[in-house]
Amino acid sequence: MAPEPPLLSMSGITKSFPGVRALDGVDLDVQAGEVHCLLGQNGAGKSTLIKVLAGAHQPDTGTIRWRGEDVTLRSPMAAMRLGIATIYQELDLVEHLSVAENVHLGHEPTAAGFVVRGRAAKASTAALLKRLGHPEVDPGRLVGDLSAAQQQIVSMARALSHDVRLIVMDEPSAALDPDEVDNLFRIVADLTADGVAVVYISHRLEEIRRIGDRVTVLKDGRAVAGGLPAESTPTREVVALMTGRNVEYVFPERPAAPPAAEPVLRVEGLSRDGEFAPLDLEVRPGEIVGLAGLVGSGRSEILETVYGARKAKTGRVLVGGRPLRSGSVRAAVRAGLGLAPEERKAQALLMLESVTRNVSVSAMSRFSRGGWIDRGAELGAAREATRELSLRPDNPAVPVRTLSGGNQQKAVLARWLLRGCRVLLLDEPTRGVDVGARAELYAVIRRLADEGLAVLLVSSEVPEVLGLADRVLVLREGRVVHEAPARELDEHRVLDLVMEGSPAS
Amino acid sequence: MTQHVSPPRGGTDKAAPVEGPPAWRVRLGRADVRTLTLLGVLAVLVLIGGITQPDSFLDTRNLQLVLTQASVIGVVTVGMTFVIVSGGIDLSVGAIVALSSVWATTVATQEFGFAGILFTAIVVGVGCGLVNGVLIAFGQMVPFIATLAMLASARGLALQITDGRTQVVTVPDVLKLAERDWYVLGIPPLVMVFAAVTIVGWLVLNRTTFGRRTVAVGGNAEAARLAGIDVRRQRLYLYLLSGLCCGIAAFLLVALAGSGQNTNGNLYELDAIAAAIIGGTLLTGGRGHILGSVLGVLIFTTITNIFALNNLQTDVQQIAKGAIIVAAVLVQRRTASTH
Repeated sequence: MAPEPPLLSMSGITKSFPGVRALDGVDLDVQAGEVHCLLGQNGAGKSTLIKVLAGAHQPDTGTIRWRGEDVTLRSPMAAMRLGIATIYQELDLVEHLSVAENVHLGHEPTAAGFVVRGRAAKASTAALLKRLGHPEVDPGRLVGDLSAAQQQIVSMARALSHDVRLIVMDEPSAALDPDEVDNLFRIVADLTADGVAVVYISHRLEEIRRIGDRVTVLKDGRAVAGGLPAESTPTREVVALMTGRNVEYVFPERPAAPPAAEPVLRVEGLSRDGEFAPLDLEVRPGEIVGLAGLVGSGRSEILETVYGARKAKTGRVLVGGRPLRSGSVRAAVRAGLGLAPEERKAQALLMLESVTRNVSVSAMSRFSRGGWIDRGAELGAAREATRELSLRPDNPAVPVRTLSGGNQQKAVLARWLLRGCRVLLLDEPTRGVDVGARAELYAVIRRLADEGLAVLLVSSEVPEVLGLADRVLVLREGRVVHEAPARELDEHRVLDLVMEGSPAS
Repeated sequence: MTQHVSPPRGGTDKAAPVEGPPAWRVRLGRADVRTLTLLGVLAVLVLIGGITQPDSFLDTRNLQLVLTQASVIGVVTVGMTFVIVSGGIDLSVGAIVALSSVWATTVATQEFGFAGILFTAIVVGVGCGLVNGVLIAFGQMVPFIATLAMLASARGLALQITDGRTQVVTVPDVLKLAERDWYVLGIPPLVMVFAAVTIVGWLVLNRTTFGRRTVAVGGNAEAARLAGIDVRRQRLYLYLLSGLCCGIAAFLLVALAGSGQNTNGNLYELDAIAAAIIGGTLLTGGRGHILGSVLGVLIFTTITNIFALNNLQTDVQQIAKGAIIVAAVLVQRRTASTH
């Protein structure tokens, strides 16, 4: 018998947004009746890929073959008609409508073409809920009154109310208790037994081990591994694919001797409930300290709490020996802290504005008197700061949204350079930065440290932390499990540390 | 100087030549194109007025009247533009104008003469703005709701103060402001106040740290907060500013009408929002043009004037206004998508 053509075959999919290439030639094959797991860090391109598959994004290039035929998914409706349903992490249900109304939204059973047959809708919804193992959910109840797990069931019932052949589930277990996860897995097994394919996205490696058939790993908008067997591929290999480098980088050289100055940033017993346990750390001028850990280890939360953007439960932050007022970003900025946040566009940049205005926003008092801005001085200062970081194009008047990801990051760094900050907090500094532009960014960060800045770095990419930092703190589930100079650690050791105790290691 | 306006999209950081917008548009800039468009619309309206009513429309007195009528709503619109740039909205401006104008014309206030009326109008305006600002910035209320509540209560209070009666101004110095004898070089004093507010507003928005913070808060409040801007204080100041503008407008209105009434400023909020929007201010915040707003006000006032001179009913006028708003927004969306 000739091998069946795959149910879905995406090849060479690219998708660019201004400033970043989200997908860079991704291939994905899905067979009928399999659970195909999609793995990757935040920003690896998973959500863009499933949005292309759902018809919500149009790819720039690439082909999609569905049951052996080329198709164009012009809209979510078009994808649904082919039998592709997507259950997003942020459930897209209407809270003020009933379960049955949600399940049949957009394709209500009608009499005479327009009268909704409510009883028929309820009956078919009840049948779907029973099939999903949740007969206790009343089709007449308002969705807003249901638990998160029940809402997810409703979302699945909606997918199944269409003639569905492929279901995409985006981190379906994230909001579920362990026994609810078991029910989810039973549903997935039932679906695949009926020949439905499931594309399953999760951060949890042990889940993938339990229900996955094959694994595709995305990184930096590329599929670094396609169709690995889920059961037999070693966990370390999967994690290394997610966190590792597919290109060898030249990291800037570290200074020969560690800096001897007094620490400028000192964190004492800082904690937040449910996010991270009491933490102590010190960063000296000229030093880069890295926090390494997987998603959910509390990395970003720690940085934002140090910066005052989240209020600490216990502990304090001292800059230059003086404690900061807890939960105040302004106090932190005044004391000399600067943050380059993970979500650059949402948290750092004024996308409608020029580079100059983005760079000058935190240091306006430096070129204004009595609130009056000296625009010549502003432009000069912005030009100087962006030149020092070799920001391209060399014209701070251009809109910041037209810059590439790497140059947008430089604009954020230039902001703090101009402000004259003493401590830089970098959250995933190379997220959304094209692979080719990263080495330059590393050199810039090291140079800033050499000039006396203290840098606290968070990255989900282990080689990045090891290559750039002087000292590394390894985090697991909100706790520091190891601390050592970077040169005494290697990637395998760190991976063992971040995964220790997880079921599949 | 050659401007490199077409940086690379994705891929590498090396500059790849990407087709940019036509050169003339780059040189002019989007804001300038919009200003010219609005000036063009205004010119067309003047032409229509001149053709349909050659004698009465282009008469100096009529043009002075148009500008005077534009002054009151114009001052309100400058304040509204700031609020909208910050991503907010102030639905209470008309009601604040009403309350300020009646409070400033009570018998007790008028005993203090010119200064008493001016002071009261401004203090009442700023006071209402303070309440709005505190509710929004520190009470975490949605601007739409907070200012809607202010709209209702300020109007109610204005009615309570006047009991529905017209309060005639008896202070001669105030009335002089609208008299012909006091025109300087043919320009009414009220129009000069409007011009001054416009210039100050433009300077504050475009040349001061206050203006920059306003734009930053409206463009991306979270980024502004993480950049060290006190977002809440900025929001408070913006509603204070809008209240201040309403107080000034109320004073102008009192001088112009020679009285204070609780029905003053009816639907000013909608006219001010409409003028700001056709002037190119984004309702979502982050970008605004004082000059565009003022041109928007002038366009609306001129339309009203032309319709009145031609004895056309207000219903036709309203339809024309609606059509202009839709057309302006559609044109703006087109220019936005070409960038």
